[in-house]
This record gives sequence, C-alpha cells and structure tokens, in this order.
Amino acid sequence: MSWDPEALRGTPVNPDAAISVRGLTKRFGDFSAVDGIDVDVPRGQVFGFLGPNGSGKTTTIRMLTGTIAPQAGQALVLGEDVIRHPERAKRRIGYMSQKFALFEDLTVDENLRFYAGVYDLPPERFAAQRRYVLEMADLIGRENELTANLSVGWRQRLALGAATIHDPELLFLDEPTGGVDPVARRQFWDLLYDLASRGVTLFVTTHYMDEATHCNRLAFIYRGRLIAEGSPQQIRRDFISQRILEVSVGDPDAALQWLEQAEGVAEAYLSGASLHAVIGSGAQGRDELAPWLTGRMREAGFADVRAVEVDPTIEDVFVNLVSRQP
Amino acid sequence: MTSPPAVRTEALSCRFGEIQAVDEVSLEIPHGAVFGLLGPDGAGKSTLIRMLATVQRASSGDAFVFGSSVTREPHRVTPRLGYMSQRFSMYPDLTVAENIDFFATLRGVPRAERLTRAASLLTSMGLAEFAGRQAGRLSGGMKQKLTLAVTLMHQPDLLLLDEPTTGVDPVARREFWRILAGLHRGGTTVLVSTPYMDEAERCTDVAFMEAGQIRHRGSPQQIKQLVPGTLLEVAAENPREALAVVRRAPQATSVHLYGDLVRVLWASGADVKELDRWLSGQGLTATVRPIVVDMETAFAFLADVGVGGGEPR
Repeated sequence: MSWDPEALRGTPVNPDAAISVRGLTKRFGDFSAVDGIDVDVPRGQVFGFLGPNGSGKTTTIRMLTGTIAPQAGQALVLGEDVIRHPERAKRRIGYMSQKFALFEDLTVDENLRFYAGVYDLPPERFAAQRRYVLEMADLIGRENELTANLSVGWRQRLALGAATIHDPELLFLDEPTGGVDPVARRQFWDLLYDLASRGVTLFVTTHYMDEATHCNRLAFIYRGRLIAEGSPQQIRRDFISQRILEVSVGDPDAALQWLEQAEGVAEAYLSGASLHAVIGSGAQGRDELAPWLTGRMREAGFADVRAVEVDPTIEDVFVNLVSRQP
Repeated sequence: MTSPPAVRTEALSCRFGEIQAVDEVSLEIPHGAVFGLLGPDGAGKSTLIRMLATVQRASSGDAFVFGSSVTREPHRVTPRLGYMSQRFSMYPDLTVAENIDFFATLRGVPRAERLTRAASLLTSMGLAEFAGRQAGRLSGGMKQKLTLAVTLMHQPDLLLLDEPTTGVDPVARREFWRILAGLHRGGTTVLVSTPYMDEAERCTDVAFMEAGQIRHRGSPQQIKQLVPGTLLEVAAENPREALAVVRRAPQATSVHLYGDLVRVLWASGADVKELDRWLSGQGLTATVRPIVVDMETAFAFLADVGVGGGEPR
C-alpha cells in the first residue's frame, strides 16, 4: 500500500494549500462525526470527497466554511485559520448545497442580487459578475423568470452562479448533482471544469462513486475517517490488491450462485448482463487468471463461459477498503 | 391462452393542477423482469409507481397488474404486490421482529407462516442478530433491508421499489442487489426506480423517464447499442489542450473532460487509428484507448447526438 494515512499527522498545516487540515475532529455527544482527519487540498484542483451518507462529508464542509467549530484539530482555508477567524476566508469562498438554497418565488436576477449581498460583493463589480454568471449558466434572456419555473438542470446552474457571484477562489459543493439526469450532470461538470481552468479550487462531495472519475484527486471518508486518498488512477491501481474478472455465461443466475461458493472468489455480483468475480491476490500471472477461472467453471458445467480481466471501478475499491475496516 | 404481463399501462396519466406528472405512459413489464425506472428528480417516477401501487389515482388512462385494473379493481391488485416507498415507514420504537410481525398481520399472513417466514427472511438478509433492535436505531442499509423484509412477508408477485438504495452506502447497496437477484431467480417481478445509472446495468429492462414521459426503453445492451460510434479515452500531459485538439477533429461527435482524461465519441465508420494520427498531426503526445460504454455515458451521449428526443435544456 503506497498511501500512508498517518503521513501528514503531526506535520505543520500548509498555508500554500487551498485547504490544509490536521487532526480535525467533531463529536456530537458520544458520536464522532469527523474523527481526526489530515488532508491537504492543492490549489486549482477538482478535489472529490467521497463517502456514503452519514460518513462525515457535510460536517467537514461545515467546519471548513466556519459554520461550526471542531473540538480538536487545525484547519487552514486559503491560508486563513478558519477555527480562530471564521470570518476571514468568508468572502473568498463559495458554497453550494444539494438543496440549491435558491428562493423559488424570486426571479433569477433577484436571487443573484441576494447572494451578491450575502457575499458583500461591491456594487461596482456586480454588473460584470452578473453578466459572467448569466453567460456561464446559459441564463441570458431568463433574468426575469421565476426560479420555481426553471427545470432542475437550470436551477442547478443558477445555484452555481449564485455561489460564484463574488468570484471566489475556493468553492465547496455539497452533493451538487443529486437528483439530476446524466445530461444535466455532465453539463454541470463542464461548468466546473471551466471554473477550475480559471484557477478556482473545487471541493466536491458526492456519494455517487462514478463521479469520482471527474475529479483530479479523491479522498474516501468512511465513519468519519479518511481511508484512501490519491488521483482516481492511483486509487484504482494502489488500493486494491484483488483482481476482477468479467464473466459472460449463458445462465448468469446459476453462475452467480456457483461463484459465490467457489474457492478463491472473494465476491461475485451481477454487472449488467455479465458477472464480476473478485479474485483474491493469487499467484496467477496477467494472462493466467481468466483461464484459471474458466477452466474450473467449464468443469462445473458452464460450457459457454468466457472471462476477461477488467480494471476495478472506484466503487470496487471503496467496497474492498470498507470490508477491510475493523 | 397466454397470461397477461406483470404490468401493462395504457396512456396512464396523472396531473397535479398545472403539472403533468405522468403523461400518457404506455408500458409493458413482462413476468420475471427486473425493470429499472431511471430519470431525474421530478421526472414522474414516484407518481408512476404510486399509481401502480393503487395509492395514487390516475387522472386518465389505466394500468393493469397481472391483468387487474388498478383503478377499477384495486382489491385484486394489492394482495399481489409489495410496495416500498422512498421514506422509511417502519415504527422506529418497535423492534425489527415486531415491525415484521405487525405489518404481516395487517397483510393477513397466518400466524404460523409469519414466524417461519420472518425467521427465514431475517436470516437470508443478515438481520437475524438485530431482531431485537429498535428499527429507529438501525443504519441506513439495515433500515432498507428491514423494509424489504416487511414488504416480502406476504410473498408478493410484483415488487414496487421506489429508490430503495438512494444514499445507502455502496457495500449495503451491493448486498441489496444480491437479495433482489435472489428474488428474481425465484420468479418475482421487480420494478425499481433509481438515480444510480450503474444499477440500471443490473436490470433486465430499463426505461428512461423525463418530464412524465418514457424517452428510451430497452435492455441495457440495446440502449448502449443506440450510441453511434466508438467511445475513446485520451490521456495527455495537458488535458485541456487535448480537449481543444480533439474537439476540432471532424470525426469527433461529442467530446467531454472527465477529470484528467478526455472522452470522445468517435463517429461510426471512422477508423479509431485516425484519432492517433489527428493527435500527432496536431503535435500532441497522447495515448488513446477504447472504453466500454456504461449506462450513464450512453444516456448522456444519446442526448448529445439527438437520438430519441430529449429537448434542449
């Protein structure tokens, strides 16, 4: 394993990073929502913060935006100590939540004006910023439309516009793509890449594992602790010692039952019309693994079986890491 | 005589004031299918499911569950279906075992069968050791399994599951699908709505719903085959530069950035090697590899190239 979860522990916080956190901890009663996190988020990156519901993602964001105070740890955001001086970074960061926090009975323009006020945008800068945001979100001509009448995809883009009206250096996005369709979701990611290309750092939480491929760098959080960190490619390569075979067979139901019992198969599950068999790190070489399994399956009566080794998905890695947690 | 399909809807519609939540949906779900209903929030998925479950009245049209009309003979429909809504609807202060017993009693399951079925469901779902725990104190994944167990006690032939795995962690999600695979083996028909495109791949049939209408319908394989061309992934030192270069290629029908990689839909009929030549011709060092089209990519690219409707947003 090339990643050391304790590599940053005890090292000083890094003022050059967009976010730098050491030992960050938040308890609610006897429940540790965030349990000693150490992480550095470099500037200008799309940083994905992945984990299931209840794993501590939102609590982390609320501490980093200065909304709630941690019990322990240090946190620098854009070089400012957000625990001691939560106000200092406020004008330089933006925040967008899944709930979009837009006023449905206000127009597009009125929502933008409201957020310009919230973020203390100087009035002389509003016209230019408003124009930029309307163009980015493709909302030109809809300035006077009621927000309630916009589709989910439009509202999502307006919410992004509202969160960036003050031209922040760092943007927190908490589950920004929940409940939108694949097309709107991809258009939204195109917009995020535009922001990133202008140097904005993006800190994005999601429980959609497939969205991880959109990020330059990822951290997995599980039960308040970081269990992996790296680029999507590194995570797929370094964090799973198991290998995955895609198995095609005429009777996948029967084959699934066989695989669930088979020796050397750690896990098997349906993936579309085929099956994925997770094989523990055995001695088989690159070209030996598929014949090893298909040979045994033919003996078991699956005459038409075919298998090919495939790359693990981010979700495969996550499931594997979680199953190894104490 | 052939038996009727598990579900058949005829121009089924539901209107809430100004909003046409479900707009003349005609759809058939064969016996034994695992039918995935996909689409964004507000597409009408829940309303469609609620009409099939007989809890929401149709404004017009009708639906038939195993041949019985949901509007005219709901009493024939309800004994054969199990419905799991999006909200956790168990009593939080009753234990797992008490919830199961209580709801099975409401469904008229005889006492002797209640005990044996509850025991076998709890065991197969890995809930046996939590039988005495209050439902409100279960994790998200276990709550979903309890609700499913409750839904299965009267042995329904049709399961209606409204986003059963939203927000559940990936490990619990896989386990939930393993249980569904077992039910599928046993012959139960399943209609499941989900925002997760990877779950669509585990269904035998899928329909993509938007603005109250079914936009695409078929097996996952069929949907993916609608995507015209080859999906290629380009890795280069500077992804933004690669994005710009690939966008200019005449054979590129749709190009997007995915993290540090560029994905391009390369026109059908065009040689994949032409992309290599295009890139080096533009002075770019990059590696190109074909990638498998997944459902999310399929729907996004289908909208880009304008297959099967979908209005511009």
